[in-house]
Amino acid sequence: MLTRRALRVAGSEVVGPYTLLRVERGKLDPGIPGQFFMLEVPGRLLPRPMSLCLATSSELGFLIDPIGPGTRALCSLAAGETLRILGPLGNGFRLDVERPLLVGGGIGIAPLPYLSERLANPPAVLGFRTAWHAEAAALVPNAEVVLEPTYVTEVLPPGHDVLACGPAPMLEAVRRLTPNAQLAWEAPMACGYGACYGCAVEIDGELKRLCVEGPVLAAA
Amino acid sequence: MRLLNASGCLDALTAPDVAAGLDTFVTKTVTPLPRGGNDPVRIAETEVGMLNAIGLANPGIDAFLTHVLPRLPRPVWVSVGGFSVRDYTEICERLEGEDVAAIELNLSCPNVDEAPSGVGEVVAAARAATTKPLYAKLAPAADVAENAQAAEAAGAGGLSLVNTVKGLALDERTLRPVLARGAGGLSGPALRPLALAAVHACHQATRVPIVGMGGVSRGRDALELLAAGASDVALGTVLFSDPGAPARIRAELEAELAAHGFADPDNIVGAAHEAEASTLDLESRVGRKKGLHTRANVAG
Repeated sequence: MLTRRALRVAGSEVVGPYTLLRVERGKLDPGIPGQFFMLEVPGRLLPRPMSLCLATSSELGFLIDPIGPGTRALCSLAAGETLRILGPLGNGFRLDVERPLLVGGGIGIAPLPYLSERLANPPAVLGFRTAWHAEAAALVPNAEVVLEPTYVTEVLPPGHDVLACGPAPMLEAVRRLTPNAQLAWEAPMACGYGACYGCAVEIDGELKRLCVEGPVLAAA
Repeated sequence: MRLLNASGCLDALTAPDVAAGLDTFVTKTVTPLPRGGNDPVRIAETEVGMLNAIGLANPGIDAFLTHVLPRLPRPVWVSVGGFSVRDYTEICERLEGEDVAAIELNLSCPNVDEAPSGVGEVVAAARAATTKPLYAKLAPAADVAENAQAAEAAGAGGLSLVNTVKGLALDERTLRPVLARGAGGLSGPALRPLALAAVHACHQATRVPIVGMGGVSRGRDALELLAAGASDVALGTVLFSDPGAPARIRAELEAELAAHGFADPDNIVGAAHEAEASTLDLESRVGRKKGLHTRANVAG
């Protein structure tokens, strides 16, 4: 059932350039890591898709990069305000992997803290533009951090089941190195449930809806 | 009054429970051949509405008839698009034996380069190709009433008003178009006054029923479209932010109707055309049907 739930904002913390928005969990199912939620934005027409960053018994956390009017409004929410949330949506990561390695780039690390927890804190390789951005690495246990001009693909240890999220060029590079990887992609979405056809990405040579087919896709 | 979705704003296969909240499901536009649609980025949000340039992505009529139509809820309307008169007639012919309640002719997609011929020509050809009710979907252009009359004269049994209008959004940093295609179709709140004006004008200009749509996000918006002359109402962009919109807007509309002293939404259709609606007594509202309240008898 596609039902939005009104959740109370518990608070937010600044994490480098990002904001970790915490909401009271209520009865909301946190879903599988890599799945996402549509977060209503005060004063804006459309909600924004966000993967779940942290899940405790009482709260859900979303790591948000304030890059536009919608994300800036989400980062400005204060404790006690109410937020309507739809989800979990889409397909998350398969968790039945033997030697997991988490790979993240920039704000793409957002789903990795929750994924790390569900996989008992496997090793992680995270790449960031600056040390300021890399403050977010503190959210992911067992993480090796690289800063530009070094890229995560230069330091990937072999023999792992890669679960990755980050900018498209990083995911393309990871795909070339590890064809068995699971990759979490991003696309603009108006609805998150297959109605708007806005989040089209090329999958198997065809444009398909990322919210329905993904956002986590097999690399090959 | 029926509540529908605007074509292209809901997939009943991925969201059957949302579709179940509607009286009639309208498909995304079907074309003769499969179309992947436009390259991303395909959507953008502005301060006053949403832009889309999806580009009529659809599986084509063959796959639609085999894999999609049999699984859709009923009643269903099929939106038909094309780039020539022949495209429209081909699909109308293919739908003739199917369990389809009506065909909506998409005569106004802003996101494809090749526009079809004149409204009257397409409707007349489609009329000859099918016995099913035809709804002409028009954009809120300055000549919408003339197009509506042409559609009616050519055999359209109804009008779907309105489609989106072309709009442009620029990236706040690069000042380049956000959409890969450049401009796209503007929907949402900005479209609402245009939809109201188009419905109002076409209600006066024709005698066919109108499905009103464009920026409906509350029961009050649906009420106003009915008052302007729509017999049915469709939801579009609001479904993206609120999949619970059908039930919510229905409940809000009921409350609005009650507040205005109407028991049945059908009784308020066209109320905006009455010279002094406030002086009408309740009795005169009962049983009012479209086409009966001409200027003469309203004035009386």
